[in-house]
Amino acid sequence: MKAKFLVPLALFLVLVGFLAFGLRLDPREVPSPLIDKPAPAFSLARLDDNSQRFGLEEMRGQVWLLNVWASWCVACRQEHPVLVDLARRQVVPVVGLNYKEVRGDGAIDARRLAPEQELAMAVERARGWLSAHGDPYKLSVLDLDGRVGIDFGVYGVPETFLIDQRGSVRYKHIGPITPESLEKVLLPKIEELKRAG
Amino acid sequence: MPADRFLRALRGAAFIGGCLLVAAAFAADAPTAKPLVADPALEARVLDLSHKLRCLVCQNQSIAESHAPLAVDLRDQVREQLAAGRSENEVVDYLVARYGDFVLYAPPFKATTLLLWLGPAALLLAGAGWLAIRLRSREREAAVTLSEAEHRRARELLAGNAAVPPSSKEPRS
Repeated sequence: MKAKFLVPLALFLVLVGFLAFGLRLDPREVPSPLIDKPAPAFSLARLDDNSQRFGLEEMRGQVWLLNVWASWCVACRQEHPVLVDLARRQVVPVVGLNYKEVRGDGAIDARRLAPEQELAMAVERARGWLSAHGDPYKLSVLDLDGRVGIDFGVYGVPETFLIDQRGSVRYKHIGPITPESLEKVLLPKIEELKRAG
Repeated sequence: MPADRFLRALRGAAFIGGCLLVAAAFAADAPTAKPLVADPALEARVLDLSHKLRCLVCQNQSIAESHAPLAVDLRDQVREQLAAGRSENEVVDYLVARYGDFVLYAPPFKATTLLLWLGPAALLLAGAGWLAIRLRSREREAAVTLSEAEHRRARELLAGNAAVPPSSKEPRS
């Protein structure tokens, strides 16, 4: 047992290995249980025309992105140019899920608003934001109370879901999409799904 | 002047005592606070379940403790569903289907969590086994017996007589 004195060193190195691995994990990235499962069905009012509703079935047969956004969301602002660029390249349709436009804004006491007031306010704010920063969306829908957000397991805006031709969620991106994550992760996955048909 | 100070203190004490008497008279009449919620039994269930569910935004708080908007929404969901007659298990299933096992503070026992649940017990058993082996071998060491020649040499060494040549087969510890 000449090398016995090396045992603590070996244990230490193993521990360092575990810690180094742990440091690289992002605790905010909670794996979604929705991956490879059918996306939750919804029917929500459209932002461009509140009298019309939009649901998953309208996108059947297409690979598309569902991007969760709100005008009060600071990180969405950071992500937005990437989405505008993606829309310009016409790679994939992006549907916007406007999440708690009014209630999510801490500066507004939404409990004092009547439902029609809240809707009007949400439409005004969301449209204003899109005209100021560009509109990359095929269309946006209004999730005023965040119920559809809960169905999708949204816990931090922005989040983006990649949905395939059969309406299954195939990938979830948490946080703002960066040019790098778009090129290295999202676009390859989109291409793969399109090829698979 | 000590007498003057004493009088002043007495007056002060009498004043405070009087105030307390008046306050007590008012308190006796004060109405008890109304409960904040319409159904305290339901609220107790909501709170009980909420303590077992993790807030995904803050992660180190349950949705009962957190003031994050998502925690408030999820608490409302829990309340709504319990009020609609769903069981605790059904509400938990509803949340796990959307947010995954991470939403539970107590992770379920399944193949991927075997190490998590059984790891500490396995470590304890391994440690106990190692300890038992060490104790056994130490017992054997203690039971080492010396031959007559070795005893003699030990006695001579202790007596300070170092001229004795070392025995060829020294017992090793």
